[in-house]
Parts: sequence; structure tokens; C-alpha cells
Amino acid sequence: MKTVYVDNNATTAVDPAVVEAMLPFLKDLWGNPSSMHTFGGQVASHVELARERVASLLGAGTKEEIIFTSCGTESDNAAIRSALAANPARRKIVTTAVEHPAVLNLAKELSNHGVEVQLTGVDGKGRLDMDAFRKALDQNTAVASVMWANNETGVIFPIEEIASICEKANVPLHVDAVQAAGKIPIDLQSIPITYLAISGHKLGAPKGVGALYVRRGAGFTPLIMGGHQEAGRRGGTENVASIVGLGLACELAAGRIESERTDVAALRDRLESRILDTIPRSFVNGDPDNRLPNTTNISFESVEGEAILLMLNEFGICASSGSACTSGSLDPSHVMMAMGVPFTRAHGSIRFSLSRSNTAEEIDYILDKLPPIINRLRELSPVR
Amino acid sequence: MWNYSEKVVDHFLHPRNVGEIPDPDGIGEVGSLACGDMLRLTFKLGPDGKIADARFKTFGCASAIASSSALTEIIKGMTLEEAAAVTNRDIAKYLGGLPEEKMHCSVMGREALEAAIAWSRGERTEPYRLEGEVVCKCYGVTQKEIERVCAENNLTTLEEVTHYTKAGGGCGLCHDRIREIISGSAQKEQKPAGGDELTNVQRIHMIEDLLEKRIRPALRQDGGDIELVEVDRNVVTVKLKGACATCPSSSITMRQFIEKELTKSVAGDIRVEEARH
Repeated sequence: MKTVYVDNNATTAVDPAVVEAMLPFLKDLWGNPSSMHTFGGQVASHVELARERVASLLGAGTKEEIIFTSCGTESDNAAIRSALAANPARRKIVTTAVEHPAVLNLAKELSNHGVEVQLTGVDGKGRLDMDAFRKALDQNTAVASVMWANNETGVIFPIEEIASICEKANVPLHVDAVQAAGKIPIDLQSIPITYLAISGHKLGAPKGVGALYVRRGAGFTPLIMGGHQEAGRRGGTENVASIVGLGLACELAAGRIESERTDVAALRDRLESRILDTIPRSFVNGDPDNRLPNTTNISFESVEGEAILLMLNEFGICASSGSACTSGSLDPSHVMMAMGVPFTRAHGSIRFSLSRSNTAEEIDYILDKLPPIINRLRELSPVR
Repeated sequence: MWNYSEKVVDHFLHPRNVGEIPDPDGIGEVGSLACGDMLRLTFKLGPDGKIADARFKTFGCASAIASSSALTEIIKGMTLEEAAAVTNRDIAKYLGGLPEEKMHCSVMGREALEAAIAWSRGERTEPYRLEGEVVCKCYGVTQKEIERVCAENNLTTLEEVTHYTKAGGGCGLCHDRIREIISGSAQKEQKPAGGDELTNVQRIHMIEDLLEKRIRPALRQDGGDIELVEVDRNVVTVKLKGACATCPSSSITMRQFIEKELTKSVAGDIRVEEARH
């Protein structure tokens, strides 16, 4: 059976070119970049090239502003904890109700240790309540943490405006750009962002590598103490092969970003509009005018998401859901709840996240298989 | 991804007895959209008083649909008395087991059945779960329901109660109350069950259950383990393993701990012996 993969916000395929670029560092060039001898030391230049490439995708001023980490979650943790440590007099975090658990659960943990956490809400389309956000920032706020794009709905927050609000309020801004990086342009030289997190496996690099941008001059305290790696900002011998992979993936993503906006968005729009046309009582979750080009989140009223996913799975179609049953918790996704999506729709929300590898044939295949699945589950349902 | 048994997948992809019987003799509806699952069960009695046909409609995940399908298959051909004795464990067992987090789907099946039976007997009252003190307000679960599910499934932790009934899965304000109920039902369970009424199979089942839930976890804390070798009426032969096997005080462990637990919960006259090897 063929696999139709439309779950790229969960993880992406490692680009074949990235695999090729990594292999030498697993086979022959396995030295330690910190070594004095040439065999090890020569590897360091490849790590630095990767750093330049990451900096370039993000529009960072210098490559020294990039720290390699193990994942997006580590980057988020390091940034938020650093901001708190840099300004110990301030004991408050302002963030949003729809952040990834990497930020929300950290905020919850910090709130158990005396840090005040203020969550800014969103409207029915997932748009941030900018007034509430502005008002939440005060002289006690150590950091504001806002995602660039939402992983479930793809909704893009107005980061430029948010950054300027934070700058005026004199509050450092951390941006979780895990979903945005590689899909939409990012230019850190023109936007006053203090910290920014990305993850390798969301943009064609392998799992287990991420990066954190720390603006020059911003406070930073290592999350992982150890050796002098990453200029003393992140202990632990570098994950060289994956860092090299992340570097190339960023370079490739930079060259393809335009096709995300055109080709990928066209496929997504085709999928979305046909679903809305052919399946009654289906609704898009999230602001259609401010979304990642690859993401659509659609609710099928009175149908449960896990059941849809497992039936899609029977046809090799890989998607994801914000239903309670898929998460192991009993409530539907916090993003759907924050948007006020009614229960009848929240349990039946399905996220399709495409990539440039998807084809029109694959989209038609989904459009062929999905309507009978929804029909069948509605026949099974006691709810009208 | 959930690790569903083949039987669950089969009953999910090919559910049996989908639909609604017009003019039914029994109808039971439990769950809600907010809770993420909902089941409507209808059945028709034959001239012999047995359930001639049973149908379901379910909104929910794969295991909710499979549990409903299994329920209808189980009760067809049963008298109301027989059907009333069906527990959520029977449903889970029929399906070759359910993931722990999904056990509430089997409980929903039993609740719908119970509501349908009550309806057919003319007790057309509110569903069972709404009787008495509502402990979990997020999911509308009562004390009575928690006690019953605890007793039927030998539950001992808050987490288990949440997996089986959803109680405590929302805001968390009821966690202390649920713990109280758990310790309350554990005390009730400790009364000897009257050994003479048990068949040997029932005895073995209860003993294995107790070993798994109460005794093994305790022994494992000390690096030990236990294996049930034989049950011969009131003589239970076990083999101690791991650290327990070489522990000089193991026979004391046996008498004082295992025997006490077994006599308390299974039958008052149980004697524990260690397998000779």
C-alpha cells in the first residue's frame, strides 16, 4: 500500500541530500571538533558552516548568535529560563494559550516555583488578542514567549507587531519558530526578537537537533552545563552529523521558501476547498488569511478524530488530530479549546500538513477516500 | 499510536449490529459529545425472553466503536438476568484487551447495557451514572459508579479510576475525593469472600489478580517476584523469584504478607506454600 504523508507538522522526511551530507560524519569524519589534532579539528569547520547556514535562513546578524541544541523543546527551555535568570528581579512570563507544550508545560512548572504566568487568549479564528497581550506586559515581565505559527492550525501570529510591542515595553521576546522556519520568511535583522527556537526535523533535517538564536548582548544561562562547546553556552560534544544536516536543510529550505507559498499552498487549498465542498458540516479551524501555506485544520462535526485517522490509516494516509482520544488525555486539544471550538467539532478536528513532496494525485487520493469515511462514521453516530 | 488488539481493529473497521431497533424493548444512552464518546444501545426481546437483537450507534474513537460492537455480540441470546451480569471486563476480554487508557470505553458499554435493561424493566429513570453524589463534575461521574468500577476491576489508584471512568480527568478538583472512595472500596473488599462459594477457576482468577495488583508490586520494590504454580482448593503453591528466592526471610514474607492478603480477599482458609525445586 502506498503512503500518503500529510503530517509534516509532526515531522518531515529527511531530505536525501541531507542524508548524503551527513554520512561522511558518521563514517570517516567522526572526530571531535574540540580536538587539537587535525583529524578531529577539521570537523569544526563543518559545524561552523552549518551555523552560518542556520543564521542565514533566519536572517541573523552573525553566526555566533546561533546555538545548536538537541531539539526545539530544549531551545524553548533554554531561552525562557535564560530570560528569567538574566533578570531575577522580574518574576513573570507572558505567553499564549495556544503555545506548544514545550512552552506551556515549562510555564506551568515555573508557576509552581513562584513565577507568575499570564496566558493571552485567542479569538475563534486563533488570532491573538493583541490588546490583552499588550496589557499583560509590565515591569515585572521577564520574557514574553509567543509562537510564530501554530502547529495545529498553522495560524501565523503578527510577530513583527508583537516584537515592536515588546521592545516598547522593554520586555525580551522569545519566539517559538519551530513550525514557521523554512515555511515562511524570517528576518531577525529587521525584527527585534531576543530569542528564537527552531527544530531540525520539521524542515528536512533529522530528529535530535535544533537551534536557538540568542541576540547578541542578550542574557544567556546554559541549560546544560558542561564543557566549552557552543562557546560555553551548551555543554556536550556536538551532534556533528545532525548539525551538518540541519545546516544543509536550512540552506535548502531558504531556496524553496517561495515554492511553499505557491506550490504547497495550491495543493493545500485544493485539498481544503474540495473537502469543504464535498463533505457537509466540515469547517476550517484557524484564520484562513494568516496561515502557514502547508497547513489546514478541518473539523468534521459529530465525528471523532481518532476514528477518522485510523480509517485514513487503512488507506495509508497519515494525518493527525486534536481529538482527546489521540492524545491520551480526555480533553480535546488545548488549541481547539482556546479558540472556543465547540466540543461537537473539536473532537473531530483533523490536521493535514503538506510538504513539497506531496503531489496533486495524492491530494485526489485523499479526496477520494475521505468522504466515505466521514459518511460511514456519521452513520455509526447517535448524534444527528 | 494505540496498540489495539486485532479484535479491536476488526470490530472497529467492521462493526457488528450497527443501527437502531425501532420500537425497542430496551434503550440505553450514555456519554456525551463533550466527553468525546456517546453510545445508544437498543435491544429487542424474543418470545423466550432472551435478547433477540441488539443494535448500537456510537460517537467515539476506535475502541468506543469496537466496545459497542462487542457488547451487542455478547448480549445477543442472553436473558435479561444474564445480560445484567455482564461487566466491562467481559467486553474488554471479548476484544482481547483494551489499552489501559481506553478502559472507559468498556465501562461505557456496560453502563449503556445497564440503562437499557433498567428501561426494559420499566425503571425509566435517569441513567445510572447520575444517581447519588456527583464526584467528578467535569465528566459527570458519581460515587456509586466509581465504587462499582473499582470493585469490578480491582482498581487501586487514581490514575486507574480515570482510565476506567474518566473521573478526575478534567480539572482535578475531585482527586482527593476519588482517593477517599478508592480506600473506602478497598476496605469493603477486604472482607473474606466466603471461600466455599467459589469454584476453583474463580479462585485462581482472583488469586492471580491479587498477585498482579497487590503482591507483585510490593515484592518488586525489593527486587523480587512471584509465580503462581498451583491452586489446589485452599492450598496455593507459589514460587518466589529474583531477590525473594534467595532471601532467608522469604518464608516469613510468605506467611505474613501473601497469605494475609489472600485470606483477606479471596478466602479465609487459604494456605500458602512455596514450590520445592
